[in-house]
Amino acid sequence: MAGARRGPNWLLVYAVAYMVFLYAPVVLLPLFAFNDATIVAFPLSGFTTKWFTVLWETEALHGAVRNSLIVAVSSALIATMLGASAARAMARYRFPAKKGIVGFIMLPLVLPEIIVAVALLVMLMQLGLSLSLWTVVAGHVLICTPFAIAILSSAFQGLDQSLEEASLDLGESRWGTFRRVTLPLVMPGVVSSLLITFTISLDEFIIAFFLTGTDVTLPVYIWSQLRFPSKLPSIMALGAILLALSVLLLVLAEWFRRRAAARQGKDATAAGGLL
Amino acid sequence: MTARPIIELRNLSKSFGAVQALRGIDATIREGEFFSLLGPSGCGKTTLLRMIAGFEAPSGGSIVIDGKPMDGIPANHRPTNMVFQSYAIFPHLSVAGNVGYGLKRKKLSRAEIAAEVEAALEKVDLAGYGSRAAHELSGGQRQRVALARALVMRPKVVLLDEPLSALDKKLREQMQVELRALQQSLGITFILVTHDQEEALIMSDRIAVMFDGQIAQMASPEELYRTPRTRRVASFIGVMNFLPARMKGESPEGIEIDIPALGSARIPRDRVPEGLRPERIESIGIRPEMLTILFDEANSAEREAEGQVVANSYYGDMTYYDVRLAGQEAQVTISMRNTAGRSVARPGTTVRVGWGAESVVLFD
Amino acid sequence: MALKLSSQERQGLTLISPTLLYALVMLAAPLLMVATFSFWTQNYLEIDRTLTLDNYRAAWGEPIYQVLLARSLRISVIVTVATVLLAFPVAYFLSFHVKKRKALWLFLITVPFWTSYLLRVFLWKVILGYNGVLNSALLNLGLIDEPLTFILYNANAVVLTLAHAWAPFAILPIFVALEKIDRSLLEAAEDLGDGPVRRFFRVTLPLAMPGVVAATLIVLIPTVGDFITPKLVGGTDGLMIANMIQIQFGKANNAPLGAALAVTSMLTVAAISLIVFLAGRRLGGRVKP
Repeated sequence: MAGARRGPNWLLVYAVAYMVFLYAPVVLLPLFAFNDATIVAFPLSGFTTKWFTVLWETEALHGAVRNSLIVAVSSALIATMLGASAARAMARYRFPAKKGIVGFIMLPLVLPEIIVAVALLVMLMQLGLSLSLWTVVAGHVLICTPFAIAILSSAFQGLDQSLEEASLDLGESRWGTFRRVTLPLVMPGVVSSLLITFTISLDEFIIAFFLTGTDVTLPVYIWSQLRFPSKLPSIMALGAILLALSVLLLVLAEWFRRRAAARQGKDATAAGGLL
Repeated sequence: MTARPIIELRNLSKSFGAVQALRGIDATIREGEFFSLLGPSGCGKTTLLRMIAGFEAPSGGSIVIDGKPMDGIPANHRPTNMVFQSYAIFPHLSVAGNVGYGLKRKKLSRAEIAAEVEAALEKVDLAGYGSRAAHELSGGQRQRVALARALVMRPKVVLLDEPLSALDKKLREQMQVELRALQQSLGITFILVTHDQEEALIMSDRIAVMFDGQIAQMASPEELYRTPRTRRVASFIGVMNFLPARMKGESPEGIEIDIPALGSARIPRDRVPEGLRPERIESIGIRPEMLTILFDEANSAEREAEGQVVANSYYGDMTYYDVRLAGQEAQVTISMRNTAGRSVARPGTTVRVGWGAESVVLFD
Repeated sequence: MALKLSSQERQGLTLISPTLLYALVMLAAPLLMVATFSFWTQNYLEIDRTLTLDNYRAAWGEPIYQVLLARSLRISVIVTVATVLLAFPVAYFLSFHVKKRKALWLFLITVPFWTSYLLRVFLWKVILGYNGVLNSALLNLGLIDEPLTFILYNANAVVLTLAHAWAPFAILPIFVALEKIDRSLLEAAEDLGDGPVRRFFRVTLPLAMPGVVAATLIVLIPTVGDFITPKLVGGTDGLMIANMIQIQFGKANNAPLGAALAVTSMLTVAAISLIVFLAGRRLGGRVKP
């Protein structure tokens, strides 16, 4: 291609600069997590692991982690189930008002989170329900479901309908067909849906902030700690752990997706597995 | 043929909403027969096949397979197995996993399944391919795996939905012959859906030609080619010249026909289709190979007409001529085998066209 | 006339009904309730259910809310434009110039996004602060004599932080749209006499428009509703409407006014989104997203 020598170099320089911008705050996390100083600022003063020890000894944090895990696991499971049935219906069937129904279900994707949070709060107040972890789950399922649908509908759309028919034709029952054909083929989608909705819920702050009761989730706990400068280094340590965990989960999800794709002989390098 | 019926379709109809996809389908398919459903896309042939397989419920009428009515019986309980157009090879299973898929439901030991699978693969010339992954197969191999997967179930009827349409021409022609040979050696009933008339002619014992959700004609390939019952069937199968014609008279020996472009002829009784109303004849058909260009002065035919070559298409073994018949607007296509020493006639050449009364096809 | 459904339609509706039902109960009902709420009045601990437009009079009339709403919109628009403009070349680079390691690049772009949002915003504060990373670096390099103060606790910081936070959401839709472009169309444009620049504006950009519109909406809408970034790095003149909504539902204990503010900002966002959508349709021609 003509001009292919000059063009990409400038773009590459720009792309690298952009990546530096993206990673600038992230690389600070591990730096300060191991920095032996009570204030989060440069210059760095020395290596320590004491902030991780502090985390280990903070009871309130353990509660928040437990709460967040409960919320994230429940939200991921429910959202993926709701997402799977909706994605399946969208990929396989035609029915009246399909566009309207789908658009409505996907609405939380384009609704400011504070609106979702406030709306749920108002309803709970009116119904006289008290706030708890389950009200947070209710809100998280609402915002996670569209993500689950987006991930799963590509999985269900890629599923050739004649594969299920072939299974029925070969004498397998509907349930057997689901178990032996449908499920294995959409499994990578289900796993990435679970991982991504789990991560979204784990990190979600605004809805949790409004709907949480006395049991706080991890982001709400972090928010409350950001006011106290003395707590900051340990929060950095916590952030570093979360970062490592997220990267691990993402790599795992990607590895799983590629393995499944390779087994089916599809092009594993294609995008689409990540989001 | 005296074989017993394996599939009986009685006044079958199917509609999707306001669209009538099939109506008044009556057919009996016999045991061991290679039966084809032939028609243009949208004629309902695939819908009919899917109804036999159990993927679509009929809107009316009945399907009987091997003496049992199939009303409300789902696909997984029918004695039919299908080769899908896309082959529907399970991408997450190996070749052996695919072929053995249906056997898992039957109470068989691992060793028995493996033996059955290997036997089925041998039948389709894929012995030793069991451990291959589905995506490592070529198009032709996928087609064979799909076939083996259906055969291993020992179905009463194998249904094939355009199984060769994804293959290239050479491979397709090879598979047509192989598939036909396999069917004959197994003696299982095959029902093939195809839009390729040549494929249907080559492979089938009988063909049902379908248009607009109805069976237009059901007959053996030879009968279908020689005596198509309607103009539409005639032009769908092979090439047919249509010429205006009128009945002049009727006698016990046959029908007197006047064809202005060619002359008149008496069509013998055995060439007159049953139920034809001769007074309603408006045109006749005649195949390109049933007309002859008389290149040699010495050659003569039963009947002759004058014409002028308008265009020619050279095919190597054959040449197709478009010839305008003298004094008429009518133009016909004539196919001539290219023989040694004969050159191709140029456009503008005046030629004598020979024909015979036995080759005239009558429609009403 | 009774609604007659085919078995196809019945199965489809049955399958989607749990999800639909959830959205109806957890989204439609609450939104309706917020709308109703905005016409009521808060009397200390009691709610007066007489319908009134007072909340809207306050939300639209009082200068403080006007200022906040206008600032929210201004900041959101700037953030969106900046984010999309900065993201487009990256998406273009990924789609047209990266041959082998596309997945890796995409992965690297999404990784920072999976760190806690709160912490990312907070870390910008660390970078931009008086004794922050940026200032100490510039001081050490001798480029400045005393720390810069205009980079934190104002609207600039909010724009920068949000542009960072939403980067992957802008890159991915544009990347997907670019990937979908049939490369032979570009060759055709070249064949018909277009140079690289004309080809970009006449073929590539119009075909990428659905992705650009999606990116714009995905960034714009949540940005209006953000209240963490303004609170952490925005200072007093970086506060946005969402902070006020939060205050009304929290400390100020005036939920009806908060509801009116929420409804107002939602309607404004919806209107802007519609404009963006329609403008994108015009610019992108008749491309189906």
